[in-house]
Amino acid sequence: MDIISRGFSGRRSPENAKLPPGQYLTTDFPVLSAGPTPHVPLDRWEFTIDDGTHVLRRWDWKSFRDLPSETFTVDLHCVTRWSKLGTSWEGVSLDTILMDVQTDASYALARSYGDYTTNLPLNDLRNKQAWIAFRFDGKDLAPEHGGPARLLVPHLYLWKSAKWVRGITLMPHDKPGFWEGLGYHNYGDPWREQRYSGDK
Amino acid sequence: MWRIGTVVALHDETPTARTITLEVPHWPSHIAGQHVDVRVTAPDGYSAVRSYSIASPPNSHGRVEITVERLPNGEVSPYLTQEVAAGDRLELRGPIGGWFVWRTQQTEPVQLIAGGSGVVPLMAMIRSRAAAHSTAPFRLLYSVREPQAIFYRDELQALIDKDHSLSITYAYTRVAPSDWPRPPGRIDASVIASAAWPSNFAPTCYVCGPTSFVESATDLLSASGNDRDKIRTERFGSTGERK
Repeated sequence: MDIISRGFSGRRSPENAKLPPGQYLTTDFPVLSAGPTPHVPLDRWEFTIDDGTHVLRRWDWKSFRDLPSETFTVDLHCVTRWSKLGTSWEGVSLDTILMDVQTDASYALARSYGDYTTNLPLNDLRNKQAWIAFRFDGKDLAPEHGGPARLLVPHLYLWKSAKWVRGITLMPHDKPGFWEGLGYHNYGDPWREQRYSGDK
Repeated sequence: MWRIGTVVALHDETPTARTITLEVPHWPSHIAGQHVDVRVTAPDGYSAVRSYSIASPPNSHGRVEITVERLPNGEVSPYLTQEVAAGDRLELRGPIGGWFVWRTQQTEPVQLIAGGSGVVPLMAMIRSRAAAHSTAPFRLLYSVREPQAIFYRDELQALIDKDHSLSITYAYTRVAPSDWPRPPGRIDASVIASAAWPSNFAPTCYVCGPTSFVESATDLLSASGNDRDKIRTERFGSTGERK
């Protein structure tokens, strides 16, 4: 049941029509993180794909940046209800990263510097839906936004787009990540408003 | 699930911030540091939702308090700080969040660092500790623009007067009281060194405030030897960049 808030009129914008339910538009870029921002020197940075036991692929910064990259423009939706439209990025597609990886796994756990984790179906990382991004708005990605590189999976709420990403673990079974174990939805589709555990 | 809260009290903390006390039937209680989503709905059905930290301690007999700072271009905060009256009803969802929380079973030293209205969830921790008669040693470092911007000032003073394992240090960024020993300015290493627990006490640190404040406070805590795993943060607002 909706209750009418006496005296509230709100601010409607035509842009709201383009937003998932319950989101509002912002033009700045808020930051949400559970802990301190890690500062990862590029000469110590690495990115690995593993299966929980063995490292299957490993890149240092140079070999990662030697991978073919692409620029792309996407909308971002944060579970804290702001959305930012038309953000431009440069990154390496997960299709490129996963190209030579043979696996029967159905799930992935993204791992970050600072020990953050987030889980998602492996299929959500494929088919031009996900990138390891290292430039935002034409500039190197700032540490508070996840630099030197972050996962970007814009069709899910932004907590799935792990900042300071250092690798992906391929898993036969699903396993909750950091926020997924603390009351947030396991999948996080903004268009179905899957914010908290218990949301359908 | 949305719950209905009835406004039972309003209190202005500062000229721009108001505490709203809601009575919420069947409130499941909460843990200090958690937040609620608040939904307001216009007569034509348009609604907006924002998250607010809970200021009240757990087990407050179905009462939930939030303190809302009015944002100059806000959509919901001007309504909550200027329009809402006693007897009005608001929709709430929560409590939400299981990370930026302090539980009454915790006994280790705690360092709280607040920037402006970031004090709200930390106040819930201080109140929760007092209500539970916890003796966990707490320190609050509270950075505000000026003395008039302090939330909960009298209550904080009363708490430190009777409890020697709670201490508070204010830091002023724009205007300090005339007898204040430090000129106004942002928190720096010397403030951390004098006001925060030494890192060998291994405090759990909770830092809440605007993004730039949290970034610098957590960097200072790390630089003074605190384990990054013991620093929990909650940020609000933007990075200061605007398109």
